[in-house]
Amino acid sequence: MAELTYRDAVAAGIAQEMARDERVVFLGEDVAAAGGVFKATVGLLEQFGPKRVRDCPISEQAILGAAMGAAMTGLRPIAEIMFSDFLAVCWDLVANEIAKTRYMTNGQIALPLVIRTANGAGSRFGAQHSQAVENWAMAVPGLKVVAPAFPADVKGLLAAAVRDPDPVLFFEQKSLYSFKGEVPDGEYVDELGKARVLREGKDCTIVALASMVHKSLAAAEILEKEHGISCTVVDVRSLVPLDTQTILSEIAKTGRLVTVEENPRLCGWGAEIASIAADECFWSLDGPILRITTPHIPLPSADRLEDATIPSVERIVKEISEKID
Amino acid sequence: MDTPVKRKIGAAAKPAIEIGRETRLELYRQQLELRYCEKRAYDLFLQNLVKGTSHLSLGQEAIAAGFGVAMRPDDWTFCTYRGHAHTLARGASMAGVLGELMGRECGLLGGKGGSMHLTDVEHGAMGSYAIIGAHLPVAAGAAWSAQYRGTEQVAVCFFGDGTTNIGAFHEALNFSVVWKLPVVFVCENNLYMEYTPISAVTAVEHPAADRASAYGLERVVIDGNDADAVYETAVKFMTRARKGGGPALIEAMTYRHSGHSRADPGQYRPEGELEKWLERDPVDFYRKRLLELGVNEATLKDMEAAAMTKVDEATAIAKASALPSLDVIEKDVWADGGAAWRN
Repeated sequence: MAELTYRDAVAAGIAQEMARDERVVFLGEDVAAAGGVFKATVGLLEQFGPKRVRDCPISEQAILGAAMGAAMTGLRPIAEIMFSDFLAVCWDLVANEIAKTRYMTNGQIALPLVIRTANGAGSRFGAQHSQAVENWAMAVPGLKVVAPAFPADVKGLLAAAVRDPDPVLFFEQKSLYSFKGEVPDGEYVDELGKARVLREGKDCTIVALASMVHKSLAAAEILEKEHGISCTVVDVRSLVPLDTQTILSEIAKTGRLVTVEENPRLCGWGAEIASIAADECFWSLDGPILRITTPHIPLPSADRLEDATIPSVERIVKEISEKID
Repeated sequence: MDTPVKRKIGAAAKPAIEIGRETRLELYRQQLELRYCEKRAYDLFLQNLVKGTSHLSLGQEAIAAGFGVAMRPDDWTFCTYRGHAHTLARGASMAGVLGELMGRECGLLGGKGGSMHLTDVEHGAMGSYAIIGAHLPVAAGAAWSAQYRGTEQVAVCFFGDGTTNIGAFHEALNFSVVWKLPVVFVCENNLYMEYTPISAVTAVEHPAADRASAYGLERVVIDGNDADAVYETAVKFMTRARKGGGPALIEAMTYRHSGHSRADPGQYRPEGELEKWLERDPVDFYRKRLLELGVNEATLKDMEAAAMTKVDEATAIAKASALPSLDVIEKDVWADGGAAWRN
């Protein structure tokens, strides 16, 4: 085990797959010579050369179109969209083309590609560079959607995404790029569609994603010590495929469900999980489902305002201590 | 300039390359099949057997045929929702095309794609794309894959004049030139973006060719109703692309004989315009040329009868085909063949 930052785990995951498979190519804006604006791809150009690690113009449609055309003709591209907010300028490629082509062509065309993108708040970048948009992707049939919280998961799930025969949207949390954690040495591949139970409790099951996993873990400590509320914390890791078996089984054990989501309120991923829980484990629930989300607003940029907008440890503690008994 | 519409019927420009008799007969055969099949699609629509929308290429067959004959079997075609002709020109099953339009099991896509998404990967028809502009960068990506693997395959991307005004056109052109990709972009300028004259919404006279210099490409305008001119141009620029010379942007002047889609009677066209273009019908035009070149009438009649028989047989197969089984609805979202998003 080596300690890596979340950003280094990105480069490690890509490097592992490029070294293994010559079909893996990597493209994006400022990703090669500059090593990425978040420095998550430093060293890849040096290691794999300009034929496989390619800088692109500011042309998100061209980047995803190129990835799609390459994927359908035998390559396994990894495309970077610098900020997840920019998915909006190439959403046709994501939602109409990449997601639907296998189905529309009756399985004739396969699109084994990965779209990596920096997602979420915490950097005070304002409403167009800070959104958590994983729920956009989750709403489109034909896309797999992954959002890791830990460096080991970054490497393992990225490797799994590259090897997956279907298109995967890989959401990296910008506020976690400097987060450090243990990452297995050597070849490491995880599995898409598996949630992970990080903490087991008796009173309440918190289901969280990406940066909200860390806040939920911190909140669970405080809830235990200061309020005597014992919480399970489940890291969803993958929204599509969704590991409902693990999630439902953990809800049933405590009888209460809390989702902690960075996306804005309406149609956040937690709403789908709440719906599934209501349908499939209603009789195991001892009280109402609680969703803790960002309010349904564009994000403000000032640190004081942003901090008050995104679910915080304090807010998670307050809401759970008031509503879960 | 000498616009194609003004050119005398049958006046063959001096060919840049020698086109042999067999190639010319193949160009004629293709155009016949595309013409008869599109007409049949329209008839089937009138019989309420073709559902949904459809965008016919009647009048534009010379472009699909010229490129179709010039392409190597492992080259790739990318086209728009006006894609019946381009898909057939690669050798896709005619019953598969008509069956797909009719929503039958024998359709190229088993009824899951429809008229606007015809695809036949086995024959290099890599999809018909129904969102304007989307497939230009996708074609560039396929060309990148060919370049990366050193296969000398070429991607040919067909689109209409209206596409030149969407952002993806610019992104794909610039990207392809910077990466020197083996892709040939072919603008089929039929003078109308859907219901509006392209000249009313475009800053330059030739929406593709007049912008080529912005990407460091030469200005190429050709007579898209002359299959020989299309074929010569296709050979020239595909050969260059195959040898590492990078992309080309070709504007082929043509005219669609029908409206934009089945919902459009095309009443916005000025009086006499359609008639003028019908005088330059690519199929009739090419027939005259073959006669001038010494092909005898009986040979042409035989080819015409054979093409009609092929369309009739394809129609019979499509009509006899079952409706798709409902079992396919939740199949092939994912590579495992299924549609599961949860466990």
